Amino acid sequence: MKLTKTLMASTALTVAAGAVLAQDMADSMTLVSWGGAYQRSQVNAYADPYKEMHPDLEVVWDESSAEAVAKLRAMDEAGNVTWDVVDVVAADALRLCDEGLAMEIDPEEHLAAAPDGTSAEDDFGDLLVGDCFIPQIVYSTTFGYRTDMVPDGVEPPSDICSVFDLETYPGKRSLEKRPINNMEWALLCDGVAKDEVYDVLATAEGQQQALDKLDTIKDEVIWWSAGADTPQLLADGEVFMGSTYNGRLFSVIEEQDQPVAMMWDAQVFDLDGWIIPANLPEDRLARALDFVYFATDTQRLADQAKWISYGPARQSSAPLVGEHAELGIKMAPHMPTDPENAQNTFLYNYEFWADYRDDIDAKFQAWLAQ
Amino acid sequence: MSDTTQSGPVLAADGTPLKKSLQKALRAQKLRALALVAPLLIFVLVTFIAPIADMLFRSVENQIVSRTLQNTVVALEDWDAEGGEAPGEAVYEALYWDMFLAAEAKEHTRLGTRLNYEQTGVSSLFRGTGRGVDDIGEDQIDALEDLNEAWEEESFWYELMTGGDGAAKDGSQLSAARERLSTLTTDSYRGNVGFEPGAEISALLPRTVSEYATFAVYTVFVEEDVVAEEEPWEAVKVALIEELKAGADLSGYSGPGAEELRAAQEMLADQPDIDYKAAFLKEDKDWGSIPVWQTIKTYSPPFTSGYFLNAVDLQKTVDGVEARPETQQIYIMLFQRTLFMSLVIMGSCILLGYPIAWILANLPVRTANLLLILVLLPFWTSLLVRTSAWKVMLQQQGVINDVLVWLGMVADESRLVMINNQFGTIVAMTHILLPFMILPMYSVMQTIPPTYLRAAKSLGATNWTAFWRVYFPQSVPGIGAGSILVFILAIGYYITPEIVGGTTGTFISNRIAYHISSSLNWGLAAALGSILLAAVLILYWAYDKIVGIDNVKLG
Amino acid sequence: MTDSQSSDAFVAFDRVQKSYDGETLVVKDLNLSIPKGEFLTMLGPSGSGKTTCLMMLAGFETATHGKILLDGVSINNIPPHKRGIGMVFQNYALFPHMTVAENLSFPLEVRKIGKSDREAKVKRALDMVQMGNFGGRRPAQLSGGQQQRIALARALVFEPELVLMDEPLGALDKQLREHMQFEITNLAHDLGITTVYVTHDQTEALTMSDRVAVFDDGRIQQIDAPDTLYESPTNSFVAQFIGENNTLSGVVKKMSDGFCQVELDDGEVIDCKAVNVSEVGERTQVSIRPERVEYDKSRLKSGTHTIKAEVLEFVYMGDIFRTKLRVAGNDDFVIKTRNAPDQRRLKPGETIEIGWLPEDCRALDAR
Repeated sequence: MKLTKTLMASTALTVAAGAVLAQDMADSMTLVSWGGAYQRSQVNAYADPYKEMHPDLEVVWDESSAEAVAKLRAMDEAGNVTWDVVDVVAADALRLCDEGLAMEIDPEEHLAAAPDGTSAEDDFGDLLVGDCFIPQIVYSTTFGYRTDMVPDGVEPPSDICSVFDLETYPGKRSLEKRPINNMEWALLCDGVAKDEVYDVLATAEGQQQALDKLDTIKDEVIWWSAGADTPQLLADGEVFMGSTYNGRLFSVIEEQDQPVAMMWDAQVFDLDGWIIPANLPEDRLARALDFVYFATDTQRLADQAKWISYGPARQSSAPLVGEHAELGIKMAPHMPTDPENAQNTFLYNYEFWADYRDDIDAKFQAWLAQ
Repeated sequence: MSDTTQSGPVLAADGTPLKKSLQKALRAQKLRALALVAPLLIFVLVTFIAPIADMLFRSVENQIVSRTLQNTVVALEDWDAEGGEAPGEAVYEALYWDMFLAAEAKEHTRLGTRLNYEQTGVSSLFRGTGRGVDDIGEDQIDALEDLNEAWEEESFWYELMTGGDGAAKDGSQLSAARERLSTLTTDSYRGNVGFEPGAEISALLPRTVSEYATFAVYTVFVEEDVVAEEEPWEAVKVALIEELKAGADLSGYSGPGAEELRAAQEMLADQPDIDYKAAFLKEDKDWGSIPVWQTIKTYSPPFTSGYFLNAVDLQKTVDGVEARPETQQIYIMLFQRTLFMSLVIMGSCILLGYPIAWILANLPVRTANLLLILVLLPFWTSLLVRTSAWKVMLQQQGVINDVLVWLGMVADESRLVMINNQFGTIVAMTHILLPFMILPMYSVMQTIPPTYLRAAKSLGATNWTAFWRVYFPQSVPGIGAGSILVFILAIGYYITPEIVGGTTGTFISNRIAYHISSSLNWGLAAALGSILLAAVLILYWAYDKIVGIDNVKLG
Repeated sequence: MTDSQSSDAFVAFDRVQKSYDGETLVVKDLNLSIPKGEFLTMLGPSGSGKTTCLMMLAGFETATHGKILLDGVSINNIPPHKRGIGMVFQNYALFPHMTVAENLSFPLEVRKIGKSDREAKVKRALDMVQMGNFGGRRPAQLSGGQQQRIALARALVFEPELVLMDEPLGALDKQLREHMQFEITNLAHDLGITTVYVTHDQTEALTMSDRVAVFDDGRIQQIDAPDTLYESPTNSFVAQFIGENNTLSGVVKKMSDGFCQVELDDGEVIDCKAVNVSEVGERTQVSIRPERVEYDKSRLKSGTHTIKAEVLEFVYMGDIFRTKLRVAGNDDFVIKTRNAPDQRRLKPGETIEIGWLPEDCRALDAR
C-alpha cells in the first residue's frame, strides 16, 4: 500500500508511472452519490479532473446514496459488491462501519496532507467521525421562509423558536419526518440549555418533553421525507417556513429567485463524505483509494464549493473558496460555516443518535401517527 | 368390477402388470412436461419462493448473539436475571474472551447494532468497549514483559506453543479454534495454519494454547501473515497469566520456555488478580446495568420470537411477554389502518371502475380499444410522476383549491386540506390502481352476452332488476378478481402513501421500508412482512370461503 | 303480397319501417297481421329483416316508422318488460348463475307472485317440458336439448299470450331438432298461444307453422300456409327458396285464361300456368318441382307436352332416385322419382323424353 501511495503522488510526473498504475488498478469505477445538483458538483470538481488524468478510466455513477446502507448490506450478503466509492452522510458511514460493510481508513496513509504540510488528520480534525468515514463537505439542516408571507409589522424570523411561535408567525411549517434535529430544536425552545439538550433527550421524560413541544405545532406541520419537498412547498407557497438542506435553499433563493430567505439560527451541521466498501478486490481497492486520495485533497474540496453551497470539510480549503462557477456570486457568505451564519449551531451528535435512534424513532413515529 | 380384484392385476401384452407399464409410459411424459416447465419453476423458486423463505427465516433468526458471545451466553445461563444483581465475575471473564476476539474480527459493532434495537445504548457500549478491550489486564501483561523480554518475542511464543521440533503434537485445540472463528464470522478456515500445538503444553496450559490457536488461525487466514513472525495478541497473554496464577503445575515440564514460565509464575503470585468486572465497568458503567444483561440473556437463543412480538407492539422481557409502552405502540394501529384504507381504496375502485368497464364492454370493439388505451395511459408515466401530479392537484395552493376559490365555493383563507392525509392517499392510490380493477371487470363483462339482459327484460324485469339480478351476478367474478388484485397491491404500496400520506395516510409498508433501508432492522421488517403476508393469505382464504375462488375470472 | 290489416288480428304490423343508419331500410313497409292462436314463422335468408321484425315486436328495437299493435293497442312506446311477451332466444339465454327452478321463477318473482303460487307454476312448467326433476340443476349441467326445453318453459311459465322464438333450435343436432319441432308445435297448439317463430330453415318452417312469411330484402315476399307456399309460390324467390325447384327461362308468347305459352331459350314452346306474368313478350322464369316431372310414358297423362332431356347423373337415394338432366340448355335440371318396383333406372348419357302437367309448370317473374 505504501508503494502505491508513493506512486500515486508522482502520477503527474511520469507517463511511465501512469502506465504501471493502470496495470495495477481497475479501469472502471462505480461511484455512488445522491444525484441532482450535488452529484453534478462532484462530477465537475472531482470526477472530470480525475478522468483527465486517467483517460482510459470508465466512471459509472449510481444515484443510490439514499438507500446505500441497505443496498450495500444486500450486496455484501449476496457476496457481490459492485460499488467502489460511496457517498454517504456521516451517520450512515458510522452504521456501515459498525456493520463491517465499510473499510477502515487511516487518514495519515490514505488521505493527502494539506499544502502547508498539516497532516490530513489535523486538517479534517473532529470531522473524521468513526473509523471508516472520509469527510467531504459540511452541510447544514436549517430553515427557509417566505419573505412575502411574513405578517405586516413583524420582524422576519431570525430565531429558531419562531418555528414554534404560531401567534407571531402563523402558517404551515415543513419539518423532516424523523426525530433527529426536530427533537433538539423543540427542547431548545422549551427552555433547555443548549449544552444539556442531549442529556435531557437521553431520558424518557426529556423525549416526552420534546414531543409535547412539537405537539403544539403538529397541526400546522407538513412532514417531508425527501430533500426536494421543502423547496417545492416554499416555492408553491404551501408553507411559510420549512427545514431542509442549506444547498437546496441556496438554489431556491439564488437560482430560482423565489421570495425565500434563510434563517440560520440553530442550524445543525452534518457531514457528507465517502466510504469504501469493505473487502474490495485488490485492483478495485487501489483505484478507489487513488480516487479518494485525489478527490479529498485541499484544492478539490475547495473546487466543489464553486458548484454548490456546502462547506469543504478541510480547514485548509476554506480560504480557497471563491465564486460560484455559473452565477458568479461569492460563495463564502452562503456557506453554513461562514462566521455570520454560524453564530448558533449544532453538530449532529452521531454517537447519541446511533444509540437512541431506534428508541426515539419508535416514539416519534407513534406520536406522529396519533 | 370385483372380478378384476379377484383375478389379480391386469397384465399388459408382454406380461408386466398393466399398472406398471402404464406408469412407465407416463413417466416419460411427465419428465418431458417437467423439463418444459423447469425454467419457470426454477425462476419462481429463485425469485419468489426463496426470498419469502429467507424473509420468514430472518424474522426469527437471532444467531448473532450466541455466535459473537460464545462463552458469555453459556456463562449467563446460571445468572438469575430477576435477582436484581449484575452477573458475577465469571460472566465478565467470559465476556472478555468473546469481546476480545469479536473486536479483532470487527463483529462486536454488528452485535451492538442488533441489540440496540432492543435496548437503547448497547450500540455505543459495544463500539466503545471494542476499542478498550485490549487494555484489560494491562498491568499484569506489563509486569510479565518487564520480567523477561522473551514474552514479547514472536519466536519464543511460537516455540513454547509448538513444544519445539519433534515434540508430540495435539491438534484438538487448533480445530476448536477454527470452529470458534468460523462460528463467529460464518467464514470457513480450512487449510494449513503453519502451527500445531504441542501435546505437553496443551495439557498443561489449555486456555493459553486455545487462545494462541485462535490467534494463529486469525493471523493466517484474515491478516494473511505467518504465525511464527507475529507477536500474539493480549488475550493470549491474559490467558497465560490466568493459568499461571491459577497454579498450573509446572514441576514436571521441561519443554521450551520452562525456565521463563516458572519465573513468570513466581512473579505473578505477587500480582493482583485481573478484575474483569471492574475493568469492564471502567470501560463503560453500562456493563453494570441489569437491563443490558437481561437483554443479552433474553436474546441469547439462536431463534427468537422477539421480532414478531415487536411487530405486534409487544416486547420480550425476562418476565415473559409484555405490552410495549403506549408511547411506542404503532404497528397494530398501522396494520389496521393499512387494511382499512386498502379496503376503502378497493371499494372506490369498484365504484369508479364498474361503470367504466360496463361502458367499455358495451361499446363497439374499435371504440372500446381506443378507450382502453386511455385507461392504460397512466401506466405509461412513472408512478412518481403520477403521485407528484396529485400533489399539484390537491395541495392547498393547488389546482382544485384554486378552482374552488375562483368559483367562490371555498373562501381563500379556508382552503381545503386534501393532501398529506388519508384522503390524499385514497385519491392518489385509487387513481393508480383503477386500471387493475377495470381490466378484469372489462374482460369478464365482455363475455356476458347482451341477450341475458334482453331475456330478463322479456321476462318482465325492469332495467334495474335485469341489471341487478342477471347482469351483476355474472360480473361478480370480474369484481372479485379486480378486488383481489387491487387489495393486494394496495396493502403493499409505500411510495404513494409516503409522498401524499402525511402522518395519517401512511401504511405499514412505509415502516417496513424504513426498517429495511434506514434502521437496518431487517428482522423486524421481515416479521412485519410475514404478518402482512399472513393477513393477505387469511383474507384470500376468507374470500374463498365466502365467495369461492373459482368465482374469480381474469377474463 | 302482404295481407291486409284485419280487425281480429292479435298482432299487427302497420306500415313498419326500420333503418339502423338512416340510409338504408332493413325493413321496408311491413304489413302483417297474426290472428290469435296462430303459429307464424318468419322465414328468410340472413339479413332479410326477419329478426329485426321479431326484435321490434319484443321491444328491443324501435320501429323507425309505422305502428306495431298487440291486441289492438299500439306497443311502440311500451318498454319490453311491460309487453308481457314470452321469448326464447337463439342460445337460450338461461341465466347461468341461477338454477333451473330459479330461472323459471324469475319472471314470476318480478311479477310479484307469491311463493307457493310460484312454486306450483314452476313445477307445472317443468312438467310440461318433461323436466320435472331438473329444478335444482344449473343450466351448464344440462344438455343442449334440455336447455332448450327449460328456455321454452321459462318463456311460457308466466303464461304469456304471445311467444316469440328466435331460431331456438339452431344449436341442436338434426334428430333432436326434429323432435323438438314436434314438441314445440304441440305445446303451442295445446296452450293456444300465439307464436312468432323465426328461422332460416325451410323444413322447420314448413313442418311447424300454420302460416309462413317468407322474408327477403326487407319485405315479406309471400305469406301463406306451408302447402300453398310450396305448391303455389307466387314469385321466383319463394319458388327457389322453398324446396327444390327447376327453372327454365324464356319469353311469354301467348296468354289465355290463366295459362300462357312460353318460348324457352332454345326455341321449345311449353304451356304454363301464368302466375306472375302479365303480358306477352315479357321474360319469365318457369318453375317446375322435381317430383312433378315424369319420364315413364305410361305415367304421363295424355296430351302432356314432352321435351327432350339428356341424363347427366343418376343418384340412388333409397326412397327416391335423383336424376340430373340437361333440359333446354339448363344443366341443373333435377328430377326425383319414387323407388317403385317398376321404376326404370336411368343411365348417364341416355336421352329421354320428360313431361309435366301445365298446372305444375308456373311462369313467374324473371329475376
